[in-house]
Amino acid sequence: MRRIITLTVMNRPGVLNRITNLFSKRNYNIESITVGHSEIEDRSRITCIVNVESVQIAEQITKQLNKQIDVIKVQDITDQSVVARELALVKVAVLPATRSEIYSLIEPFRASIIDIGKDSLVIQLTGETNKIEAFLELIKPYGIKEIARTGTTAFARGTQPADQGNRNYSIV
Amino acid sequence: MMEKAALAEKEVQSNSRISGAEMLINALKRQEVEVLFGYPGGAVLPIYDSLYHAGMKHVLSRHEQGAIHAAEGYARISGKPGVVIATSGPGATNLVTGITDAMMDSLPLVIFTGQVGTGVIGTDAFQEADIVGITTPVTKHNYQIRDTKDIPRIVKEAFYIASTGRPGPVLIDIPKDIAALGDVEVEPESISLPGYQPTTEPNYLQIRRLVEAVSSSKKPLILAGAGVLHAKASKQLLEFAEQQQIPVVNTLLGLGTFPPDHPLYIGMGGMHGIYAANMAMYECDLLINIGARFDDRLTGNLSRFAPYATVAHIDIDPAEIGKNVPTAIPVVGDAKQALLQLVKQNGKRSDSEPWRKQIHAWLEESPYHYEKEESKALKPQRVMELIYELSKGDAIVTTDVGQHQMWAAQYYPFKRPNAWVTSGGLGTMGFGLPAAIGAQMAEPDDLVISINGDGGVQMSIQELGVIAEHNLPIKIIILNNGSLGMVRQWQEIFYDSRYSQSVFASQPSFSKLAEAYGIKGIDARTEEEVKQAFTEEFPEHKPVLINVFVEPEENVYPMIAPGKGINEMVGVKKR
Ligand SMILES: Cc1ncc(C[n+]2csc(CCOP(=O)(O)OP(=O)(O)O)c2C)c(N)n1
Repeated sequence: MRRIITLTVMNRPGVLNRITNLFSKRNYNIESITVGHSEIEDRSRITCIVNVESVQIAEQITKQLNKQIDVIKVQDITDQSVVARELALVKVAVLPATRSEIYSLIEPFRASIIDIGKDSLVIQLTGETNKIEAFLELIKPYGIKEIARTGTTAFARGTQPADQGNRNYSIV
Repeated sequence: MMEKAALAEKEVQSNSRISGAEMLINALKRQEVEVLFGYPGGAVLPIYDSLYHAGMKHVLSRHEQGAIHAAEGYARISGKPGVVIATSGPGATNLVTGITDAMMDSLPLVIFTGQVGTGVIGTDAFQEADIVGITTPVTKHNYQIRDTKDIPRIVKEAFYIASTGRPGPVLIDIPKDIAALGDVEVEPESISLPGYQPTTEPNYLQIRRLVEAVSSSKKPLILAGAGVLHAKASKQLLEFAEQQQIPVVNTLLGLGTFPPDHPLYIGMGGMHGIYAANMAMYECDLLINIGARFDDRLTGNLSRFAPYATVAHIDIDPAEIGKNVPTAIPVVGDAKQALLQLVKQNGKRSDSEPWRKQIHAWLEESPYHYEKEESKALKPQRVMELIYELSKGDAIVTTDVGQHQMWAAQYYPFKRPNAWVTSGGLGTMGFGLPAAIGAQMAEPDDLVISINGDGGVQMSIQELGVIAEHNLPIKIIILNNGSLGMVRQWQEIFYDSRYSQSVFASQPSFSKLAEAYGIKGIDARTEEEVKQAFTEEFPEHKPVLINVFVEPEENVYPMIAPGKGINEMVGVKKR
């Protein structure tokens, strides 16, 4: 199962190394990890996406992360209502014949074109992982030259809805 | 006038500006450090220079690994952090085994490593090693100091982190220029570590749940580990066990937490534990783990570990709870606080009389046992019994790793909490001799006996130099079976007696080696010779090495084979 774990850490040398080291030492697999400054000076925020077999393992991961001296807070926010975003840059091959088709795909995904070359375009897209996957799937037949993705960054929404049942809306 | 004022100003400045190394020494004095274990080198020369007149006791080991194992022995017996200094690069990397050992066995250490100057860090400079990177997975925390004025604060933090919560090693890497530079010393008043707040007070509701679980159980059992020692909670353990009449099993590292002659005591559990202890863990309906980490050498095959039990686990480290064994009642906190609360609750006692009878039957049926053949050479188990008898069971015992370690655990019942020093989690050969040095430094008047194999002792034999230099009255005993006994045993049992590289083709004369270091050396081959050596040498306040030739083919039993359950011991002799 995929879990989203967020951490608030002291912004000290080697912190990220400690976190990734812990994952490899304990034989846990990180799917993605993102880091950046938080709202507090001196503190950074890390979002880890991990794929684990059970809730017990996810719990063990949060406990082990919590043991790190520079880690201030660890939360498994998977079961909460979260805001999660990833950024992808995609370089796609274009031919005069396919150009307008590609443009028409970009609109509904609220993606944007940030570079235009002779025979390629660079598209920037943000959203949840499955939105990005869906877009890549659509764009694949045109010929993807390069992809760069950031991995997910996330936090819990300000208000948690009472019912967190199946989501039944568009991912776009 | 002007000139005078300027001069005075300068004086004030030079008075308040001190070198990083001096700040370090001052910080160590504030921590009331009694002894340092270390080895000098280029990158720590400023520190060693400041030590020259500091009036602190420094023990010069003969190998950095010796220094760190000595610090572990010191920490284990004194309960205070062991302090180690080593130079950059090779000095620092020589510490890694000991750091890992301390991490596994939760021993508080504060380790100072020299580092190349800040200007050349990262350039593969002479004697540079990324020791912070190397030790990240094996320290509780580590630092590299980048600013001289941070020294006092970081040292204070390091001692605090090493010795509170679940103890462990903390490393501080100090670049040479940082140690040499002068700055104004600011003594840290309080430290702020927002990410480190160990829970010592257990949650009341969890304690209530445990109390209720005890009263409704028919077969309760306590598993006491080293956490009880770290929390200094032996007395409270005894009170709780007696109040509720709960039998007690020890882990290897927990030996000494419970009086061995007490009717509620069963013995050590695990791979080479006593049959009754493992059967009790197999059959119990409530298992109360206090400060043990369910190591695989204790549990055997997890699917057959305590299969009928509700598991309760008291531990200062929340990450240990549920790590290996699903736990119904987690209690995060200090073992002493938890036990005090449990005793205070004074819950209704379970009706465990038939259970205790059953345990006694197991104990009667299969005690530790070895064949006493007259024709064969001296049995190592017999030597252990003699060590116990002739030291009146009062000694501090350190061991190395191997068969002798298991025999010591089996045949030397520990009467007091701080008397047993062994490498449990990492199983580090070369640990025993230097650990005895640290233990003797911590308790100069106690009888310290260091039990070693002929293999492991050669991994740190150079530390005899330290023993001789400080005239430490350690009784070094070698159980000489001419082989890497434990390896030989496994090859006999699991590899069809193909003794690949486990039998020594040649051995030095250990007694002569001791003599070369200026330590009395004795060879003993018979029970009479051993008795005589022990009776004469134990009371002497001088070091001695007694090389005891024992039956080379003897194996440690009973045993749980790898992959087997605790209920499937082999080599159990039924009476
Ligand atoms: C540093 C290290 N290397 C290898 C081992 C593997 N090992 C475990 S026990 C053992 C044999 C120990 O032999 P000896 O010191 O003679 O003690 P004995 O078992 O004979 O009592 C070995 C090699 C280890 N535990 N530590």
